[in-house]
Amino acid sequence: MDALDASVPTISPGRPFRASVTTFRALMGSGFRRYATYRQATVAGTFTNIVFGFLRCYVLLAVAAGTVGATAGGYDARQLATFVWVGQGLLNVVGLWGWVDLSERIRTGDIVADLVRPVSPVIAYLAADLGRGGHALLTRVGPPVLVGALFFPLATPSRWLTAPLFAVSVLLAVVGSFGCRYLVNATAYWLGDARGPLVFWTLGSGVLAGLYFPLRLLPDWLAVTLWVATPLPGLLQTPLDVLVERDPPALQVGLVALQAVWAVIMLALAGWVQRRAERRLVVQGG
Amino acid sequence: MIEMRDLSKTFTVRVKAGRLRREKRTIAAVDGVSLSIGRGEMVGYIGPNGAGKSTTLKMLTGVLTPTSGEVSVCGLRPVPQRTALALRIGVVFGQRSQLWWDLPLRDSFRLLRAVYRVPAAEHEARLRRCCELLDLDGFLDIPVRQLSLGQRMRGELTAALLHGPEVLFLDEPTIGLDVVSKQAVRSFLGELGRTGDVTLVLTTHDLADIERLCHRLVVIDHGRVVHDGTIEQLHARYGSRRRLVADLDSPLPPGFVLPGATMTGTEADGHRVTFTLESITAGAAVAALVTAAQVRDLSVVEPDIEDVVARLYTDGRSAEGRSAEG
Amino acid sequence: MGELRAYAALFGGRLRSATAYRASFAVELVTNAAGTAIDVATVFVFYRTAAVVGGFTLDEALLMTGITAFAFVLADLTVGNIDQLETYVRTGRLDAVLVRPLAVLPQLVLADLPLRKLMRLAVGLSVLGVALARNDIDWTAGRVLLLVTAPISGAVLFGAIFVLSAATAFWWVDSGKLGHGFTYGGRDFTSYPITVYGSWFRTLFAYGLGFGFVSYQPALTLLGRADPLGLPAWAGYLSPLVALAAVGVAAVVWRSGVRHYRSTGS
Repeated sequence: MDALDASVPTISPGRPFRASVTTFRALMGSGFRRYATYRQATVAGTFTNIVFGFLRCYVLLAVAAGTVGATAGGYDARQLATFVWVGQGLLNVVGLWGWVDLSERIRTGDIVADLVRPVSPVIAYLAADLGRGGHALLTRVGPPVLVGALFFPLATPSRWLTAPLFAVSVLLAVVGSFGCRYLVNATAYWLGDARGPLVFWTLGSGVLAGLYFPLRLLPDWLAVTLWVATPLPGLLQTPLDVLVERDPPALQVGLVALQAVWAVIMLALAGWVQRRAERRLVVQGG
Repeated sequence: MIEMRDLSKTFTVRVKAGRLRREKRTIAAVDGVSLSIGRGEMVGYIGPNGAGKSTTLKMLTGVLTPTSGEVSVCGLRPVPQRTALALRIGVVFGQRSQLWWDLPLRDSFRLLRAVYRVPAAEHEARLRRCCELLDLDGFLDIPVRQLSLGQRMRGELTAALLHGPEVLFLDEPTIGLDVVSKQAVRSFLGELGRTGDVTLVLTTHDLADIERLCHRLVVIDHGRVVHDGTIEQLHARYGSRRRLVADLDSPLPPGFVLPGATMTGTEADGHRVTFTLESITAGAAVAALVTAAQVRDLSVVEPDIEDVVARLYTDGRSAEGRSAEG
Repeated sequence: MGELRAYAALFGGRLRSATAYRASFAVELVTNAAGTAIDVATVFVFYRTAAVVGGFTLDEALLMTGITAFAFVLADLTVGNIDQLETYVRTGRLDAVLVRPLAVLPQLVLADLPLRKLMRLAVGLSVLGVALARNDIDWTAGRVLLLVTAPISGAVLFGAIFVLSAATAFWWVDSGKLGHGFTYGGRDFTSYPITVYGSWFRTLFAYGLGFGFVSYQPALTLLGRADPLGLPAWAGYLSPLVALAAVGVAAVVWRSGVRHYRSTGS
């Protein structure tokens, strides 16, 4: 029985912790490998990231140059360039756009196959998404940052705290982004497909996560509201702020903590919505 | 209607050679095919996966440019005269819809009438005939995306015929269909062929399609024509044999031999026996059999085309091992 | 004549398909309009921080943003969905297009016409209207003509870029987002005064790809401002020529793309 059990990926509270970790790692590996096969798409996407890196960087630098202290939103030129170029890479790690796996499986009815597996879909998709993020971290961040460094002076972190805090912040950004995307996709359980919500998401997430411009350029009241009331700044803006050392260390730690709170909330919401959806499927027979 | 002379199509593909290196390799998907198909003929075009069936069809319909050789359909050269040809042929790709996904069939047909510039009266008449033969009336107003595969295929057939094509090309028209839909499609095509106005070329995996519909069978393998003729000629050439199946009241006595035939199967403890007839007529075999045992029931089974074709493919395989999906 | 009627029918079919899902069509209409609104809002955000960017005031920049918004939306609305070509090639649906008695490009364009982007047109037009009202333009016959030709030429140029980007799928099926760098990238490029960009990058996009003539040069002429980058005043009137040249290139590339597809298949 034990031998049979080991071959089926299972994550449940009743099982030894180590076995669950093994399963989670296997699922992550599958996410990683899946994205490793899209080599041409990776190259095409990287090229486009770089073009937009140039566009956004030049405009932001011109904005900063037009101010009295040559700073925009509290960032100097080096910080702005770093913000843009690392942001162009991080965008893919966080995976803001293009994830429709769940809603497609719901639309086609394939989701039933996920429900009969011994791993909760939220956990299984999270593992695969972390694998995807890992692949993006290795392939999609380097090129834009390299090009950015070649054409613009970039900021280098000066505090020892920055590196570990950035790593944590990126991980939280991926988890938070996953939670948001899961919720958006899960609307398909009720709507049949998630096209409308996905368009909303694509539109809102780019601008409110800080991809088009640093959110610090917004009026203070608006920026604070976004940070406290939505998970969106935690998806891109917070890790980038940490990296360019926009704020004093204590505030940075606070922002990452806020990011963690939101990541947990989103993940919990995803789990709750999934359970509701499953109950609904059981009652109504899909 | 259709002329192919020494028609060839080669593709260049990159294949992995080692971890990073990729090698260019040339593959002949169609390799010197010469065929002539007359008006009103119904031709089955068969072959294993990657034999070059689809590639040939694509060259005939103006989708692909031949690498060499000549091709003409309705007296036109498919690629340079694509739009002129399109008005005179109908094409059904089994897995690529011609219909508007979100619209009811009726609307798709109306759109196609505009695309092919068909006079209203002709359109009406053809549509009515198709509706009758294919029994479309029940789902003419349902969006295509909600149709079953069989219903959709009947819609596709109608769509391909509304402009009164002289040649109808069908690429796997029965693939994935249920038995009833297959039957409907076959009898419709059979009806179409009987009138003799339409030349019909169909590729298929399902040899039953061919047995029902086509008088002429072209077998292609590795891009070359390995057989062109009737089904009977195919059997004659490959020595296919009829079989005699008999249900007996009691098993045959041990050591029973039927001269000119081989026993190729026994079932139900010897209560059912099968003989493959080699050099004996069915009549003589039956006569010999009734002397040996009490025969309750008898049937003569025609040679199985699947077997013949399977044998044909395996023979071809051993010659050379290359293939490409066209 | 018959062919025109056929295209009109295809357009009608597209119209009916789009309205087949009424609710989600309405949602998409609104969100798409919001997309253009966000692009414009971004310009305001930048000018909140700095009064002058790249030597231009908000009102002046808004004129460029407005021309771009209108021109891009026009192109996106008409030929934008040609980027679906990738899917057509990958799934082999292009074969079904090739066996119809009509030209390939118009069929593809009409089959997928992104009507959900219709509301963007209103947003683009109103931005242009606001920009015109906020700038003190000395109207002459030439400038009125320019106001008409510039957005249309811009739309034609964007259309050509859409076709060029999509056509990469003939050679490289997974080209995916590659084209977005030039289509959406071109839109972003022309939303701001091109003086903000670094020199080689600006040369490539503004003069190499012709984006400088979409909004920057016409806006200068409308405003009566000399080009800080040195092009003469009549450069504002060049956009139709630039657009035609781009169309020529796109046509050649598209044709050879179709030819390539026919020699290799999917």
